[in-house]
Amino acid sequence: MRTEELINALVTDEPSTRKRFDLVLAFAVALGALVAGSLFFLAIGFRPDIDEAVKSAPFLFKFVITLSLATSAIGLCSRLARPGVPTKEWGYALAIPAILLALAVFAELMLTPSSSWKPSLIGSNSRFCLTLIPLLAVGPLACLLLALRQGAPTRPGLSGAVAGLAASGIAATFYAANCTDDAPLFVATWYPLAIAMMVVVGYAIGSISLRW
Amino acid sequence: MDFAEREEEWALLMRGAIAGDGAAYHRFLIAVAPYLRATARRQCVRLGRGGGDPEDIVQEVLLAIHLKRHTWDQGRAIGPWLAAITRNKAIDMLRRRGRQTEVPIENFIEQLPAEPVSAGEEAGDVDRMLAMLNPRQRDIIRSVSVNGDSIREVADRLEMSEGAVRVALHRALKALAARYRSDAK
Repeated sequence: MRTEELINALVTDEPSTRKRFDLVLAFAVALGALVAGSLFFLAIGFRPDIDEAVKSAPFLFKFVITLSLATSAIGLCSRLARPGVPTKEWGYALAIPAILLALAVFAELMLTPSSSWKPSLIGSNSRFCLTLIPLLAVGPLACLLLALRQGAPTRPGLSGAVAGLAASGIAATFYAANCTDDAPLFVATWYPLAIAMMVVVGYAIGSISLRW
Repeated sequence: MDFAEREEEWALLMRGAIAGDGAAYHRFLIAVAPYLRATARRQCVRLGRGGGDPEDIVQEVLLAIHLKRHTWDQGRAIGPWLAAITRNKAIDMLRRRGRQTEVPIENFIEQLPAEPVSAGEEAGDVDRMLAMLNPRQRDIIRSVSVNGDSIREVADRLEMSEGAVRVALHRALKALAARYRSDAK
């Protein structure tokens, strides 16, 4: 077939009615958050002392971490899915939650006696953390991957992994409202482990299903 | 015309195309093809024999541009978007030829002069991919491409509604892209 003939076929195909990709992604994030939120409020719920907790800085700080993770990963997803759009700044933005958490751990180590480090790190919810974050992340990850398929990610595996990160950020935001362990040492140990699982899942699915 | 002006013109045509102007879309694809061809030829020359036919890359890139045109952000320059799609498809092509994908592929599109259509414009890959589609899909694509039929003419001949032909054509083009993709694995 000659190239001009192929062009005839492309022009004959109906005009694109697809929505702009950023709208598709925004919808996926909203739907994913709705799915995770429903699961959270129906099956998990706030921690019993939530009224007291909202006055405590370490509790609130967890949301700074999870929300900055979700925001930067969603921003990076949006750029990875559009060919030729620079991704560097948003890649760097992913370091923000990591740096904030590292600073908080450093502060905890400076301010608390070393005898409290181990109990603080082990906490009492590590098992919930490792199961509930991935569980809450499944819905958002599915929504994000479906949205990415509407885009054109030139690096499918990486895009899937970042979708896993974004989904975990959304999931961890809900989970943090249930978890009674607020110590930065706990958050820095168990949350990343749970998140890493979803990153691996996202990478594996992405490298197969996000090619175009 | 320097690259910036060219790019501005392409962007103008593509904005028209996205707004539903078929003539602008046709001009856009015809205008872009020579630059894709220059990029593709450079790629194939570098790989020597076995690098493949540049026109195969041109056609696969055009199909990808078509199916992914909504991912171009109209507020951004169109050159980097075209370059990224071309690069991605060139890598797929190398995979299909069983080549290593570590060969660097720069974003040439800005530096190269356009390469006009020559006698070697016909490409074989697309026919091979078409042969793998179902007969109805193949028939519809061939009608609107090679024969230059309108949707109306195809609908009359196949005794289908125009809407059904439109849907079938779109699905057929997506299936064609999927064929290229599974071939690249």
